[in-house]
Amino acid sequence: MLRNLLTLGLGITAFAAGTGFMTDAARAEYPERPITWIVPWGAGGGTDATSRMLAGLMEKELGVPVNVVNRDGGSGVVGHSAIANAKPDGYTIGTVTVEITMMHHAGLTALNPTNYTPIGLFNADPAAFHVRADSKFDTLTAFLADAKAEPGKMKSSGTGQGGIWHLAMAGLLSEDGLSPSTVPWVPSKGSAAGLQDLVSGGVDIVACSYPEAASLIAAGKVKPLAVMSEEPLPGLPDLPTVKSETGVDLMVASWRGVAGPAGLPDEAVAKLSSAMEAAYNSDEFTAFMSERGFGKVWLDGPAFGAFMAKADAANGKVMQAAGLVK
Amino acid sequence: MDHIFNALMMVADPAVLGIILGASVFGLFIGAIPGLSATMATALLVPLTFFMDPLPAIAAIVSAVAMAIFAGDIPGAMLRIPGTPASAAYVDDAYQMTSRGQAERALGIGLVSSVFGGIVGAIILTTCAPYLAEFAFQFSTVEYFWLAVLGLSCSVIISRGSPVKGLIALLIGLFISTIGIDVTAGFPRFTYGSVDLMGGVSFIPAMIGMFAMTEILRFAMAASHDTSSVPKSNSTVYGGQWKMVRENKGNLASGSLIGTVIGILPGAGSDIAAWVAYAVAKKFSRTPEKFGTGHPEGLAAAGAANNASLSGVWIPALVFGIPGDSITAIAIGVLFMKGITPGPMVFVQQADLTYAIFMTFFVANLLLLVLGYFAIRGARFVVRTPAKLLMPVILLFCMVGSFAITNSVFGIAVMLALGIIGFLMEENGFPIAPTILGIVIGPMLEDNFMATMIKSDGSIVGFFDRPVAGTLGAFTVLIWTLPLIMLLVRRLTRQSKVGA
Repeated sequence: MLRNLLTLGLGITAFAAGTGFMTDAARAEYPERPITWIVPWGAGGGTDATSRMLAGLMEKELGVPVNVVNRDGGSGVVGHSAIANAKPDGYTIGTVTVEITMMHHAGLTALNPTNYTPIGLFNADPAAFHVRADSKFDTLTAFLADAKAEPGKMKSSGTGQGGIWHLAMAGLLSEDGLSPSTVPWVPSKGSAAGLQDLVSGGVDIVACSYPEAASLIAAGKVKPLAVMSEEPLPGLPDLPTVKSETGVDLMVASWRGVAGPAGLPDEAVAKLSSAMEAAYNSDEFTAFMSERGFGKVWLDGPAFGAFMAKADAANGKVMQAAGLVK
Repeated sequence: MDHIFNALMMVADPAVLGIILGASVFGLFIGAIPGLSATMATALLVPLTFFMDPLPAIAAIVSAVAMAIFAGDIPGAMLRIPGTPASAAYVDDAYQMTSRGQAERALGIGLVSSVFGGIVGAIILTTCAPYLAEFAFQFSTVEYFWLAVLGLSCSVIISRGSPVKGLIALLIGLFISTIGIDVTAGFPRFTYGSVDLMGGVSFIPAMIGMFAMTEILRFAMAASHDTSSVPKSNSTVYGGQWKMVRENKGNLASGSLIGTVIGILPGAGSDIAAWVAYAVAKKFSRTPEKFGTGHPEGLAAAGAANNASLSGVWIPALVFGIPGDSITAIAIGVLFMKGITPGPMVFVQQADLTYAIFMTFFVANLLLLVLGYFAIRGARFVVRTPAKLLMPVILLFCMVGSFAITNSVFGIAVMLALGIIGFLMEENGFPIAPTILGIVIGPMLEDNFMATMIKSDGSIVGFFDRPVAGTLGAFTVLIWTLPLIMLLVRRLTRQSKVGA
């Protein structure tokens, strides 16, 4: 926060210098002043940690300070709006998360992926399903069979109502021919709170990414059943995929990318993309992502845009089936 | 024993001690500025920890946080602005003592009880971390719901004056906590289409508004603007503190235990610990009427509780990798980056490091005795500054602090709006402490109530059919109905006597 004040001071100085002394001089190349990076989730979480790491590395590439600012709250609406509504001059960008393809289906905001200029995708983590370590279920098939026998008895959790992991759970059930109310969703503040409820015996299954549950799995409190990806996760050949286990061909993942408001100048997009790609490929970033267990996935600006459009349609369909569309 | 000795050698490294000292000074500074919280101190430290070994990295966070939580008392006592939310519970007592010219004594009590609580918490952390972490796993949404209800019951104890006005104040706080998108239904409430309001009313700007803004407004409305805001101080930091400790043995001990236990439960935290400890101290005090008027008992209990909770919160973090608050969430991230995965195995594989981390809690708390003294002495000049110079500066701090927490002018708007509400409430005899409590506990109460209702398919039995929940629930209901039962019993015995 002190850094923000410092940035403000620098910004004012730069502005004064710009207007006062350099009116006739040609505009310098982008970027010529600090860049603000908006994170739509709270300090300490996965989005915050990965964004701060990436911003720090991009700072070196761009040669100007990149200041990370948390604008959390409103299930991501507040921060995503702040990015979309910023002046499209390349000096305000931010982290855009999977929620941007969901919130407008849920009627929370009119914002959708077309309100952004995509710069690049850097992370994706598929949904996985976890039960208590002493649970009688060893496979997802067995869990689903029991759920079908006694609809509504077992409960699930992992995030807030209409969040990405809720989508994974509801999508799994509806693709398997069950109603989403077969295993009702208990909204929680996030995966950590959902896992706490799982371990304490409050719910029966939790949908969240594998890395989010990794420390409880290592502690022998939780066991993973299956993961929603095409291939097993790297390093975990024994954890089956949902597709191979149940035949449900649905891939739900949380993902994070970098974007600016719509209409960013081409020069800025080009500079930011190449800086981001260099940061993404750096040893520091690779080491950080693998240590924390975050999945590294790279897509450049146009590909990220196409990816968001596809995810938007797919998530809209699942939310419709799960009755989450308003 | 080998582990302990190795750990001692690791902590005794001059580089580690130097980092602890540096981080402590930094923590004192951040904590003393209203609006800059202990969480923020930790977040600002993270880029520096990239260049450190695991032990100094964690030691820096531990010491900065311990200092920040104590330093939050300083503006609380001097200006009635709690520096961090954890100081809000007893800000009135500390400020009243300052108005009587006992600023140093009030802060001294805060300092001594902080150190006491911090050390008790550290002892509990060192000796029984793994067992206590298992206890935290008994808590599902039902238990959290009862905990929130117990927390709300505290408001009856902490509010002074008319109970009806206290209840109204609490309801105002609970109402404020419902603004924004609710977790359970994902539906925006009272937002009127404003994107900022969807994020809800942030607690820190609300707290700054209710405490500090009301004070500024009251000063502005006052007929006479005397040159000094408070009488000249005539007390010392450590004078009479030994007597205070002896007189408040019980309060310090119960505060420390309450703080540690609440700290262990993920999501509860040092703010709630301070409120609960304050309420318990008042409930069992022989002079409950003195609470809120500059009385040391509540200060001692709550001051010990918030520092003790700092140790408690590390128990689930280290044993299971579950962050109990945003500070440990950041610290876990730092551990991961150093290649250490928190979990039961750290006590086996990294025993030296784990014990060294525990030891830094002791070092940081002892260092607090020294650094805290200088911080209090340094804060003295604030008391001597004429109010008409001080008040605009405070207003500036209020605005900067409110802006910093949300990074938008919306935070300032929240602070100003709640400042006016708080002013109108206090002018009409409504206490503001229950409102703050309502804002803190409201979301916890609602989310856990809704989750429990969904789990039990709408049946009320769900609130009692687990052993811990049943006990907590029965206890709460008993506390509520005890006065009623006593009344009935008295009536009945009287009637039977008359009948006989």
